[in-house]
Amino acid sequence: MSEIALPKVDRTIVSKKELIVNNLKQFTDKKNVLSELDEIRPYETDALAAYKNLPLAVVLPENTQEVSEILKFCHRENIKVIPRGAGTGLSGGALPLNDAILLGLGKFNKILDIDFDNKCVVTQPGVTNLSITHAVKHKGYYYAPDPSSQLACSIGGNVAENSGGVHSLKYGTTTNNILGVEMVMMDGTICRIGGKTLDQEGYDLLGLICGSEGLLGVITEVTVKILKNPQTVKAALIGFPTIEDGGNCVTDIISNGITPAGMEIMDKALIDATEKFVHAGYPMDAEVLMIVELDGTKSEVEELFKQIKQIAEKNKSNSFKLSKNEKERLGFWSGRKAAFPACGAMAPDYYCMDGTIPRGKLSEILKEISRLSKKYNLGVANGFHAGDGNLHPLILFDGSNKEELRRTEEFGAEILKACVRMGGALSGEHGIGIEKRELMCEAFNDNDIQQQINIKMSLDEKNLLNPGKVYPILRKCAEEGRVHVHRGEEKFPDLPRF
Amino acid sequence: MFTEEKKNSQIFQDSNHLSPTSELEVSELIKEAYKKKFPIDIHGSNSKKFIGYNVQAAKSLDFSSFSGVIEYLPEELYIKVKPGTLIKDIENILEKNNQELSFEPTDFGYLKDGKSNKGTAGGCVSCNFAGSRRFKVGSVRDFILGFRGVNGKGDIIKSGGTVVKNVTGYDLSKLVSGSFGTLVALTEVTLKISAKKPSQNTIIIYEKDPKIISDLFNMVLSSSNEISGAVFVPDEPKSKKFTPNKSKAFKLNDLDQEGAFFAFRIEGDQNSIKERIKDISNEMDLKNYKTSNLDIYQSDLFWKSINSLQLFSETKNNLLRAVVPPSKSEKMMSFLKNKYKYFIDWSGALFWIEVPGDQNIKEVKNTIIQNDGYVTIIKKSEDFEFTEKLFTIDDTKLMISKKIKESFDPRGLFNPGKMYKDF
Repeated sequence: MSEIALPKVDRTIVSKKELIVNNLKQFTDKKNVLSELDEIRPYETDALAAYKNLPLAVVLPENTQEVSEILKFCHRENIKVIPRGAGTGLSGGALPLNDAILLGLGKFNKILDIDFDNKCVVTQPGVTNLSITHAVKHKGYYYAPDPSSQLACSIGGNVAENSGGVHSLKYGTTTNNILGVEMVMMDGTICRIGGKTLDQEGYDLLGLICGSEGLLGVITEVTVKILKNPQTVKAALIGFPTIEDGGNCVTDIISNGITPAGMEIMDKALIDATEKFVHAGYPMDAEVLMIVELDGTKSEVEELFKQIKQIAEKNKSNSFKLSKNEKERLGFWSGRKAAFPACGAMAPDYYCMDGTIPRGKLSEILKEISRLSKKYNLGVANGFHAGDGNLHPLILFDGSNKEELRRTEEFGAEILKACVRMGGALSGEHGIGIEKRELMCEAFNDNDIQQQINIKMSLDEKNLLNPGKVYPILRKCAEEGRVHVHRGEEKFPDLPRF
Repeated sequence: MFTEEKKNSQIFQDSNHLSPTSELEVSELIKEAYKKKFPIDIHGSNSKKFIGYNVQAAKSLDFSSFSGVIEYLPEELYIKVKPGTLIKDIENILEKNNQELSFEPTDFGYLKDGKSNKGTAGGCVSCNFAGSRRFKVGSVRDFILGFRGVNGKGDIIKSGGTVVKNVTGYDLSKLVSGSFGTLVALTEVTLKISAKKPSQNTIIIYEKDPKIISDLFNMVLSSSNEISGAVFVPDEPKSKKFTPNKSKAFKLNDLDQEGAFFAFRIEGDQNSIKERIKDISNEMDLKNYKTSNLDIYQSDLFWKSINSLQLFSETKNNLLRAVVPPSKSEKMMSFLKNKYKYFIDWSGALFWIEVPGDQNIKEVKNTIIQNDGYVTIIKKSEDFEFTEKLFTIDDTKLMISKKIKESFDPRGLFNPGKMYKDF
């Protein structure tokens, strides 16, 4: 599983390591260039920890001009560059290469401007997602996209992966919540896209950069929109006797014109695992548990929960519990947020998948996963951002058993293929990285992929920026790894993942 | 297939006006154009043809007959259509299920000939002009889930899909929106749709002071009451250069025709609307102003008039569309006051400005740019001087855009010169 094809190592570059390191020291403070093994080891992987690879050197520039000089030098000398934010990505997008410079944006950690008049925050890319909300919450504002790793993930990384979260059903993902970026192209050109205005004229370069997984440019500044906190937020826990009933309820809620702030589904295996782990008070007689969160005015939230209760009853719900206060609402979420560590306690290893399906296919995909679970004789627990069809099945296995490992890989790939077959996508929010690279041809044909590569080559003609990611190297479908967590040794084990 | 190809090659040779009705046909016609290096004017129903530079092309590829709904799944909140499908028809279909395109596509029909014409789905996506809900829900580009189309070599390509969360390769759906048909000839677009709110009300505040208006816009943006539209319509300048049509455009029982006004919209169920209006009345101190309340029917007509630019119906003057950071609205108003006919949408961020043909357009453009905004010259007067750029772009972005254009359309055949002189 940790074997994966990477771009061929350029030995001439590796042989010039010392020269390159000395050159890099001209562009930034010497202490920002790391080349000793013990210094660069921490950068050998991101949160897809199954894959490890050492970079040639690590450089941690402190400002845009330094990034530009470094990229200009690398472009001239044909040196590959791997950009990295906080390294919390789950698809291996920041996996280093032996002949590449790892460009860490960790020193870009300042919020530059809090502009309440224009409802935006200008920030450096290394600032964490949650820090933005912390910086504006005293005036009742927040930044909407909330990936589960928001405590540690950087906003620059969020732009690269177009991160979503629990509330993207109502508030969209990163691409819908940013106004502008400053970016450095591979040849060192500094470019500003957007700013404090809505939309931008001409080609939507912001839309192109968002979710481009660090292949088109290095983000050095981000302007994000901030929103006023909703007046009322409430959540309900709803239990269902069957998968079909829960799935139908999700579709019916949306069909009735209700857009919840979040709508999550957990299957029996996950309910049991999380309840044992955090005792969130989940109904143990439910086969499927739904968490629905609504926000808005008090009367609107109350009225819509009345409607949701009726819809749930029509779909044979066997329990319905509405949060009475903020503490109880957070309690409802505590189990869902503990999904990953709870699974870690159930088996030596687990694989987290990330795919998307049309909402209406929810029970169909759950049945398919259940069938595959029997076929491969492996346990699985399912957590879904059901409102937007984003599923995160967690396959339980023992990585020390090679045969079981192989079965797990096949199981995972079959789930993603089923997602695509049902009209969904290979990735909802973790990105392609190296993880799903070879599965891209399940979703796209050669023309589609070639067009994307043409764009890449038009902006990075030497293919130096984050090569080997997103697009299949061999242009064939192989079945490769997903998030592999061994004996709880997850990268950032303290981050909730859901 | 071979015979089909031959047939299309013949059609390409014989006719300058091509009206394909299938993706394969589009692909083959473009392959012919690529082989023969013929530039093509790509268009739908021509409802927005006057925007941008005139395209000089030997062949025209007309998508207006390539129409129809491919798939509409109300419960999945998307509709997949062929590019020539009329927005009007899509809206009628959605209406039956209490759904809508919540980005409110701008209707340029009145501007052209005094009649509504929202054009086609392909045109709407290609131009990316969203209406009054923009600041709350997003622009056209935020509602495109995926597309199929043909690039400048004739290759059929696709991107995105039908689901909202999708990080699978570059988001080309965003890139084609607002590209004015210069990157891809669209053959299919999937639009995200939304539930229509059961009711709406609009509160009119009769006020004209730029400082107060700017503060009201700021209160709208700071409110947690989910206001879904906020505009300011000033008095029309007394100059003969402008045709007064404010009273015609907003002819509503509960709207006083005299003087300037600020208006904002609340949508939802009736109880929620009442609750929010009460809350906003406190936030904005509404008792200090002269106000009126437009009921659901009048409110609906009001926003239709706003989103179809009826204030500028059939104008012969230049019309500019400027977007600025909302905090700059006061400065902009002070500059425009009594000199130009204009109105403000997007709660202070979008200005529609009418500039008479003999007046210096440069002065207006410079003011917009000095206020950190960008500007598009939407409609040109007869004496418009084409030395003036129609779209705002800096050199670095122009360079990047040019490279991207080449990656889709290496021979520069699609709508050459439509957006920029260089390509």
